[in-house]
Amino acid sequence: MTGAAAPRLQARLMLGLMLAPPLLWLFALIVLPHVDLAVLSFRERLGPGEYGRSLEQYRTFFGEPLYWHVFVRTAVMSAIATLLTLLMAFPVAWTIAKLARGRLGALLLVVCLLPFWVSETVRTLGWMILLRESGVLPQLLYHLGLTAAPVELLYHDATILVGLVYTSLLFMVVPLVNSFESLDNSLIEAAYDLGASGFAILREIVIPHAKPGITAGCIVVFMLTLGNYLTPNLLGGKNSQWFTEQIYTQFITRFNWEQGAAFGFLLLALSTAMVWLGLKLSGQRFGDVMRRA
Amino acid sequence: MSAAAPAAADLEVRAVVKRFADHTAVDSLTFSVTRGSFFSILGPSGCGKTTLLRMIAGFIQPDDGDIVIGGRSMAGVGPNRRPVNMVFQQLALFPMMSVGENVAFGLARRGVPRAERLRRAEAMLERVGLGGAGGKRVDEMSGGQRQRVAIARSLVLEPTLLLLDEPLGALDLKLREHMKIELKQLQAAFGTTFVYITHDQSEALVLSDHVAVMNRGRFEQLGTPQELYYAPATAFVAGFVGANNRIPGRVTAAEGAIAEVVTAGGWTVRARMSAPLAAGAAAEAFVRPEVASLGRSPGELPPGQPAHVGLVESLLFDGANSAVLLRERATRFEFRIALPQTGRYADLKVGEPVHFSFDPERAVCYAAPAA
Repeated sequence: MTGAAAPRLQARLMLGLMLAPPLLWLFALIVLPHVDLAVLSFRERLGPGEYGRSLEQYRTFFGEPLYWHVFVRTAVMSAIATLLTLLMAFPVAWTIAKLARGRLGALLLVVCLLPFWVSETVRTLGWMILLRESGVLPQLLYHLGLTAAPVELLYHDATILVGLVYTSLLFMVVPLVNSFESLDNSLIEAAYDLGASGFAILREIVIPHAKPGITAGCIVVFMLTLGNYLTPNLLGGKNSQWFTEQIYTQFITRFNWEQGAAFGFLLLALSTAMVWLGLKLSGQRFGDVMRRA
Repeated sequence: MSAAAPAAADLEVRAVVKRFADHTAVDSLTFSVTRGSFFSILGPSGCGKTTLLRMIAGFIQPDDGDIVIGGRSMAGVGPNRRPVNMVFQQLALFPMMSVGENVAFGLARRGVPRAERLRRAEAMLERVGLGGAGGKRVDEMSGGQRQRVAIARSLVLEPTLLLLDEPLGALDLKLREHMKIELKQLQAAFGTTFVYITHDQSEALVLSDHVAVMNRGRFEQLGTPQELYYAPATAFVAGFVGANNRIPGRVTAAEGAIAEVVTAGGWTVRARMSAPLAAGAAAEAFVRPEVASLGRSPGELPPGQPAHVGLVESLLFDGANSAVLLRERATRFEFRIALPQTGRYADLKVGEPVHFSFDPERAVCYAAPAA
């Protein structure tokens, strides 16, 4: 008995040691700060150095229309950005997975990855150079005589969406490529042979098969977009009204950590709720989706 | 084809050609398939049979020639508009749908109302012996049941032509034997024209009314299974259909229809020429294992046949298909003879000398194919 128990103990010890770094990381960098933020968000400053438990921070959020407005706007814009990313990534992923032969597919995927060689800041600044009033695109339109004067293309909602879709595309393309690659071509041929049109094949065969990949991509892109700070801020300027900016303002400008923490939790609740809703609507389970992605 | 009453042809292939970058996959083929018959295309992998089938289904376009199905030219008609359905090699059942939805898929594409198509799908499943299985998931079905679902999914559309792309290839041996019989019964029951491709000669012989043996993009021979077996037109057919002893050599003499072929090792055999051969021509003689007789003494052999002597190399026991592998004594040429069912030679020993002979009329020789 003891002879068999010793190696088993050793194996368990090994497993524990190997899991220790990620567990430590998870605990120290994710669980602990969140617990601290949760405590913070249920606190109210009564006087200098004097604090009490309260729901005041959350009450402020619901009582102040601006916060509400920004919150809902962020959610809607993120949903639109996710949908646009899906629509753009779908043909790209299909081309990579099904139409490109041999090394061309890998090459196309690398092309999708290429923008990530530079930092998000530089990428976004690139968009600014292209789109600002004295920038490349407005000047080109002006010199071609298409516009009477150079137009400011920055600081619109559409600009924010362009930036967000650009940043998110890869995270949608990769799970979609995986889904499409696992789709047996003979299923498409069989459907075609049984009289299906291209649209019917898409609706009946391709989308049901790729559903977990589509859901996974949408979850990832939605979360990234919702929590993005840089792109809406730089491309949208003062008009962006992104919820992360409200959190930033509370923490850094107003030094109101309690309010910032409450906002942080509200954003977390929002993304959780949206992901749950998305899974419910498409009739899927989180575990299946993540395994497929 | 046989000189039966001129029945209508469901499929006519007219001088169809398909070339790929470096070779001609289908080389100017012309044939027709009679309505209601079971037609097989038999050939080794890479002979062009899959290309031919995919052209009939409409997945690829011929470079030249025309395909006529049910009297209508299929040039420019997509696979979803042809009166043809296909049973795929891996079956290609839709895993995201139930069995019933799989069968009803084609009807839905034709706009048949939901209640009607479910009723027809269920009726079709009933006919293939899967009544009540409509609600099951595809992965709950066994290999043989999936096969039937795939056939039902195609037949429910009442196609003029059903194409089958080696559908038994993925099954294990026992199930394959069983499905062979089932396929034949299904075809008889439905009366639909079946075009079946396979590399398995036994499937083609058992199932078909007519078989075309295909090699390098051409038909070597088109005939009934009996014609292919007993009167192979070319050396390729003789070697490909059924077991055969292949004896390459040179013609040394020809008298009447019988040629004398001598192997490189010097063994002389006599065989009927399928076409006249001149002395000195390279030739290949074929003798089926069941055509040769075996005896412990020359007296046991049928009279009048040239006798040979061999040494038993090994005994291949396989029930009714048992055979003995010999080596001709002088030249060590390998020769296979089917053992009679009586078990008379069950006690043969390896190394034992035996006498054997065969009727030259029932052996056949051809000009050796150009290398």
